[in-house]
Amino acid sequence: MPDSTVQVQRPEFVAESQSKLFGVVEKPLTVGERLYGNSAVRKGALLLLLALGWELYARKVDNPLVFPTFTATVEAFVGAITSGVIPQRTWASIKVLLQGYSVGLVLAALLTAFATASRLGTDLLETLTAMFNPLPSIALLPLAVLWFGLGNNSLIFVLIHAVLWSVALNTHAGFRSVSQTLRMVGRNYGLSGPRYVTQILIPAAFPNILTGLKIGWAFAWRTLIAAELVFGVSQGSGGLGWYVFENKNLLEIANVFAGLFTVILIGLVVENLIFRTIEQRTIRRWGMQH
Amino acid sequence: MAEPLLDVRGVTLQYKTKDHLVTATYRVGFQVFRSDRYVILGPSGCGKSTLLKSVGGYIEPVEGEMRLGGSPIRKPGPDRVMVFQEFDQLLPWKTVRENVTFALTASGRLPRRLAGEKAMHYIQKVNLGKFADSYPHTLSGGMKQRVAIARGMAMEPEILLMDEPFAALDALTRRKMQDELLQLWDDTHFTVLFVTHSIPEAVLVGNRILLLSPHPGQVKAELNSTGKDEPGADGQRLSQRIQRMLFAEEVAEEVAAHA
Repeated sequence: MPDSTVQVQRPEFVAESQSKLFGVVEKPLTVGERLYGNSAVRKGALLLLLALGWELYARKVDNPLVFPTFTATVEAFVGAITSGVIPQRTWASIKVLLQGYSVGLVLAALLTAFATASRLGTDLLETLTAMFNPLPSIALLPLAVLWFGLGNNSLIFVLIHAVLWSVALNTHAGFRSVSQTLRMVGRNYGLSGPRYVTQILIPAAFPNILTGLKIGWAFAWRTLIAAELVFGVSQGSGGLGWYVFENKNLLEIANVFAGLFTVILIGLVVENLIFRTIEQRTIRRWGMQH
Repeated sequence: MAEPLLDVRGVTLQYKTKDHLVTATYRVGFQVFRSDRYVILGPSGCGKSTLLKSVGGYIEPVEGEMRLGGSPIRKPGPDRVMVFQEFDQLLPWKTVRENVTFALTASGRLPRRLAGEKAMHYIQKVNLGKFADSYPHTLSGGMKQRVAIARGMAMEPEILLMDEPFAALDALTRRKMQDELLQLWDDTHFTVLFVTHSIPEAVLVGNRILLLSPHPGQVKAELNSTGKDEPGADGQRLSQRIQRMLFAEEVAEEVAAHA
């Protein structure tokens, strides 16, 4: 039996390079693998399945007054687009939305600036957001109508409420989470005041700011459509929400579906094209989000 | 003797945590001369990083004063550039080149075009020419620190302040970066104030070493180093001397406690 307390003696050796012996280090995936790896393809396939399910179910129900088929909806949609009704209504909605959104952003910027500059400002922002963030904007509509009358001003008022709090809250949280090191770096190179904010704080907090903008957009869009359902005809040509409401009254249910379809479509475009592109060009490229 | 570049006299530093007022250093004084590689060495809790931040102008001393080139230090400025330990000191939204250029333009050192040229010069010096257009998140830890060093050097500050710049790196990279730093120093003989808790690093990097004792930080000794750590006249290596100075007390205390 060998003595286990003695170490085994082995000769040393230095390995030769084997780089010629192994075959492929990298090899492209197959077409199927790459297609399945593409989330757009996967989601597109799911959408197709859903549309198919819709069509089949609607045919089974066979009542266009309650549940029109997918093809009828598409027809109504295409018809309303070519006749120019939907583009016009959409533009009416988006115009109001942009007005409310931009005023909301300016107010959010002011509030955040105040909150960043002073302790009292922070308290004010925290108190106000705690109070108003849980309050659905649509609940303010009756008051808005009382104060600003039937019309775009009331819509803009509720839109501001929808945008302001989420943007201000997220931006402020983003500023607070900027690392001490980055802050010190900024001050080291002599940055202070507005230059410090624009060159250090805003880019460093950009992931949070973008989240705020996205949430603000989603709130605003939902709020706008809901508010338009209540009124929106005052300007002579209402927005998409009014279009839905109007067609329901006329029992043009396929048009109602087409209107809702447009609402969804615009939501998807803004979310997946606009915000996704901004994300990819900024925070993903910078490695701040994966 | 020449005028010191950085003159720190009797500096006491305090900072507040949630429920304590902590004295980080107590009446610390030292002088850094031009082209010094001055190392502040001490165990954790000796206030060496706080001291460096105070030289950087981020923390005001409650007692004593600090002068750079004769004028008192009051706030952060581009004449004292900090290189931090943390990898997130690079702006993630700027490429390597933009990070260096940004420092030069933001501080008003150079107009944009000249800043770009100077930035490239220093990026090449740290051997990152190929990565000039990469974003920081695509670089390894060692490369990020090299960018930070290039950024600091491009500013050509009066004094470069390095706060344990290699502490977060793996041992092999760390060793390599120390050599690279010395090579860079051979080039331009910049003045650097270097904080570390590693005795071998202090001995290798520094030509002058300030030893601090902890809780609160107080000056224990100031030693010269040749960087070679050879046995001196008494047969002791510098690193052994430092080791003994830093740990003798601790051992004595422990012995007393166990007796």
